[in-house]
Amino acid sequence: MSKRPEHQAPPEVFYNEDEARKYTQNSRIMDIQAQMTERCLELLLLPEDTPCLLLDIGCGSGLSGAVLEESGHMWIGMDISPAMLDVAKERETEGDLVLSDMGEGVPFRAGCFDGAVSVSALQWLFNADKKSHNPVKRLHQFFSTLYACLSRSARAVFQFYPENESQMDLVTSQAMKAGFYGGVVVDFPNSAKAKKFFLVLMTGGSAPLPQALGTEETDNSLQVKYAKREATRNIRGKPVKNTRAWIMEKKERRRKQGKDTKPDTKYTGRKRSGRF
Amino acid sequence: MKLITHNMLTSKCLKGVMTGYPLAINATDVKVKEVDFNPEFITRVIPKLDWEVLWVAANSIGHGEGLPKTLEPKFEEDEDLLKRVHKVLLEVEVEEGNLTCPESGRQFPISKGIPNMLLTEAEVQ
Repeated sequence: MSKRPEHQAPPEVFYNEDEARKYTQNSRIMDIQAQMTERCLELLLLPEDTPCLLLDIGCGSGLSGAVLEESGHMWIGMDISPAMLDVAKERETEGDLVLSDMGEGVPFRAGCFDGAVSVSALQWLFNADKKSHNPVKRLHQFFSTLYACLSRSARAVFQFYPENESQMDLVTSQAMKAGFYGGVVVDFPNSAKAKKFFLVLMTGGSAPLPQALGTEETDNSLQVKYAKREATRNIRGKPVKNTRAWIMEKKERRRKQGKDTKPDTKYTGRKRSGRF
Repeated sequence: MKLITHNMLTSKCLKGVMTGYPLAINATDVKVKEVDFNPEFITRVIPKLDWEVLWVAANSIGHGEGLPKTLEPKFEEDEDLLKRVHKVLLEVEVEEGNLTCPESGRQFPISKGIPNMLLTEAEVQ
């Protein structure tokens, strides 16, 4: 059976008290959530040093909200899991909480939020957990009501885990139908672990999508050139082990995966003198 | 539930409801929790509020003292007013009670400070 939580049970059942407790005790989960929220905030492009009112969709136990508070913003969170919201209440988050299903629509007045963030929640909408659920209809209802409650020129950023290409197409096409501009930004596309999908939606006219992290060669022509060079290198074979060229290639690969790598210097891969 | 949320919250997701605003508050338990005062945020958020709805809501739960019925145009210079708005918007919390949709009369319960806006299958649009 797949390990994806959204395949195991509906969100209000999966995030029970046990699962909710994990979100306050597991420091790894907390770290990752905080990092992704920071990246979401960066992509939101809010005006600097002005406190904004943000909507947190799928706020859960308020881990993402804590990051928003640190940056001086006020937030209102909605989530479908009562257990997660109880944990958020215990953590005494500054933001306010509403128990609501995103697929039923965003229950807020027109134009009241300066932006919306969502961390690891959107993928739940692809599932039909009840007989009456129709994912396409629910996505449409969600995006159209979200569009209405954002102020003009506001953005919405969703970090999510799409299962395949067609889910990504579905979510972007539904968002465009609701009137949003934007698309998916993929951070660290060459890494299995650090790879992250962000759906960046804009309300006020189309603007260029922000640059993803860990992608230097995004230009198509460059990629082709790169592929050619890669092919010719393979003919000659890999560089000899423990040489400078081998070390440089290894470091390049790590950099592409978004891992911490020391900069290249004149000392990189240099032999130690015999005296040492 | 803070009153800032109440000022934004609607029941328009209900089938057959057009605006679903403002929701009437029927509170049985109200608490006041201290929150840091941020004058900049309050001045930014006041133009977005529906002032009349805030005034009615604050009075209906007994925290409307000192709030003017209509907002003066130069509210940002009156720090005393900003502090009062801050208290009503962010510090007063409805812990228990319910919200009522003005069009359909549907009630949404508030328990432990969290309004339950979940709909049944028949109510979804």
